[in-house]
Amino acid sequence: MDIKSATVWIGGAAGDGVASTGDILAKTCSRSGLHYFAQSSYQSVIRGGHVVYQFQASSEPVYTHGDNFDLLIALNQDSVDYHIKSINKGAGRGFIFNSDKVKLDVSALPAGALAYGLPVGDLTAEFGRNPVMQNTLACGVFINLLQLSWDVFEKAVRDQFGKKKAEIADLNVKVARKGFEYAQSKFQPLKDIVLKGDGRPRMLLGANQAIALGAVAGGCTFYSAYPMTPASAIMHWLAPRSSKYGIVMKQCEDEIASINMAIGAGFSGTRAMTGTSGGGFALMTEAMGLSGITEVPVVAVLVQRGGPSTGLPTKTEQGDLFQALGAGQGEYPKAVMTPISVEDAYFSTVQSLNIAEKYQLPVMLLSDLLLSEHLETVDSEALTNKVVIDRGDVVDSVGADYTRYADTPSGISPRVYPGLEGGQHVAGSDEHDEDGTLISDIFTNPTTRVKMVRKRFRKMDALAKEIAGESFVKEGPAQADLTLVGWGSTYKTLKNIRLALEKEGMKVNHIQFRIVWPFPAEAALKELKSAKKAVLVENNYSGLFAKLLRQETGLSVPHHIRKFDGEPFYFAPLLERVKGLLNPGAPEVQYLVTAELDIPIKRVVATAGV
Amino acid sequence: MIELASPQAASKFRSEIKPTWCPGCGDFGVLNSLQTACATIGINPKDLVVVSGIGCSSNLPGFIHSYGMHTLHGRGVAVAQGVRLGNHGLTVVATGGDGDGYGIGVGHFVHAVRRNINMTYIVMNNQIYGLTTGQTSPTTTKGVKTKSTPGGNIENALNPLGIALMAGASFVARGFSGDANGLAEIMTKAIAHKGFSLVDVLSPCVTYNKMNTYAWFRERVYKLQEKGHDVTNMESALKASLDWDQRIATGVLYQVERPTYEEQDPAMAEFGPLVNHKLGLSDNDWKAVVQEFM
Repeated sequence: MDIKSATVWIGGAAGDGVASTGDILAKTCSRSGLHYFAQSSYQSVIRGGHVVYQFQASSEPVYTHGDNFDLLIALNQDSVDYHIKSINKGAGRGFIFNSDKVKLDVSALPAGALAYGLPVGDLTAEFGRNPVMQNTLACGVFINLLQLSWDVFEKAVRDQFGKKKAEIADLNVKVARKGFEYAQSKFQPLKDIVLKGDGRPRMLLGANQAIALGAVAGGCTFYSAYPMTPASAIMHWLAPRSSKYGIVMKQCEDEIASINMAIGAGFSGTRAMTGTSGGGFALMTEAMGLSGITEVPVVAVLVQRGGPSTGLPTKTEQGDLFQALGAGQGEYPKAVMTPISVEDAYFSTVQSLNIAEKYQLPVMLLSDLLLSEHLETVDSEALTNKVVIDRGDVVDSVGADYTRYADTPSGISPRVYPGLEGGQHVAGSDEHDEDGTLISDIFTNPTTRVKMVRKRFRKMDALAKEIAGESFVKEGPAQADLTLVGWGSTYKTLKNIRLALEKEGMKVNHIQFRIVWPFPAEAALKELKSAKKAVLVENNYSGLFAKLLRQETGLSVPHHIRKFDGEPFYFAPLLERVKGLLNPGAPEVQYLVTAELDIPIKRVVATAGV
Repeated sequence: MIELASPQAASKFRSEIKPTWCPGCGDFGVLNSLQTACATIGINPKDLVVVSGIGCSSNLPGFIHSYGMHTLHGRGVAVAQGVRLGNHGLTVVATGGDGDGYGIGVGHFVHAVRRNINMTYIVMNNQIYGLTTGQTSPTTTKGVKTKSTPGGNIENALNPLGIALMAGASFVARGFSGDANGLAEIMTKAIAHKGFSLVDVLSPCVTYNKMNTYAWFRERVYKLQEKGHDVTNMESALKASLDWDQRIATGVLYQVERPTYEEQDPAMAEFGPLVNHKLGLSDNDWKAVVQEFM
């Protein structure tokens, strides 16, 4: 039977061109109408270190970057040495590599596997022997081995170099063709893997791009940030499009300035957003409270990475849930969204901007390195610019009795933008009365304090009502033998697990949380109380979501599978653990480690990334 | 000489809230001068946003009739820049103290200076932490005893004007709150200046700073503009910024015209104030951006 998907790794050192090789192959797949999902395991160095770009291309929807590889494009010796144990079984599985430089002991390969050695020097002699030519040559071989469309590939190469570098593009096409033809004459295509696109080109993006796009489509016109992996790509996408879409992308001196500027812009009436990772978010937390008490809307994107401190700068983790929930001193109304997919990241960004302005509070949008930096194909119909932009209750004329913080039944007080006659007020960081007067300036009246805290928190009631039904998605049968539970970025992996178990005849359903504050306690309790057997899967050590769930519902999920090694969950090992839960005496908490990436540290890492 | 607005004209900037500063506090003079300066320029209170950090002086936005924000300690300047970038049709004035702007917020101060966003930053410099009852500040003179330096301050005082000049300021001035008219004139020039303007105001704390009193300043202050000072000469400005123990320069130390941030930002240059932009993506833009991802 034909296998409809291929898992491919590209290994090399930073600076070897791993990412650009991946980009070209990604475009080739997405434009061929294939489904594609890629994840890069990289280090916090600009040159050197070891990078593994892993992708899965398929004729059918894909939900993860795959497990062991069918083909590995090895740009250096390490990639062969480190990953030889991760090769799939099957005819033609193997390594594509530069045989002038890289040695591969064929006897170490499993039966049927092959060494696709390329005499790069000879093959590129006529083109001038540029070291990156090995990548291009390997791409040509790859296209042939998997029988992908040469024309689509050639266009992807040309697009990557652009019209300005047409000569370089020509050269690369020629080199790749050489590889393609070499493969034609020397190798057999992989017979059992059939990648057949449906002819519909798909969008190719990760959550960072989806968030940036969602920001523009959702009416954000001010984005401030300080560079920090893995959130910087939002900034990188917006900056060159600033004058096109009329959005200011302000790089600030630090994250404190970023969020405070965003709040200032919000006060002036501009839809503003900021973004960072955990370390930068830690600096922002005081200003979260400023947004809370002054009721100036702001959206802060928090793309989590491995912590604590600078932790794992280029690795994924779901470790900042409590940092978001507990951001800043004191109590204030807030919302925390945890988008579950690239598509959801797009719509959640729009929704965050709407919630922030409608309820005049800070909204935190939590992504993580996996969700933000992986790349996947998305049907263009899945996204739309026809989104609602709700600026909330903003008035353009006021009477003499206008007060900015009017104690209304909903708690939402009509806003004014500076420039409106009669709306003058001070938005105070200190507790203030309805007209904005700082109560600490006169007398800290306990009754006023109580009134204003209650006013602000009343907004949460309406917000909770608005988002009821949207806090989590439930997939699979209403009643099942096993319920998978997750939040944020683990959605597609768990979906993949559910579908796989379903195929094996099991009754499995899946609940994935996308808004975790205000917490949908009643609905969550209703769903989970009746679950026969539930497992909570999250990318952290101590079960942060499990704690939140227990805190809000009193409910303890019986089984937990966690991972905190910096890598995302891989499908196959997770599937095995989930299946194991059906055995009697299955453990309450178990941890997964991606041992395949347990590679020796040979060199001193030169530069730490921020 | 600038013809300053009358007290009656300035009264439209008077708020209903009475300042809570100690009697005799230098900040009263700053508030009055700011109101006079705004009236002199002819700003409409609806188009003025006064943003502060935290500290005694940072309570000022509550005492002036305008839009305002009272923010976090040290962050007023960051918020104020955001207000101005969000709507550069507004007049934006940030106010605060020396602890706020030169201590906890010094990073924002330096970067705001070099950005040259068109706004004014008024620092009420009393060389002490007042609201927290008398600890040393970044501008406390070396040797001065405070609650946190009972044996005398062992750190050197920071020179805010020198820092601003070196950070690339386009307008640097110093005023004295004991000279209401002189201060109002400086503020008028500062607010009218196209670009970031810093006004450091010697604003005595009558409760916690027993050294730098009105009398102490009166013996030392002199007016640069009466000495034929060339405001475009960086060297003379730096020299004036170094005055302290014997004599203290007031007036405009430095003023040059440079392009503002607003004029150079690609989005603002193309579309005008952000607050007026049409939001979202048109069908054509959407089509094009989807193609970009293909």
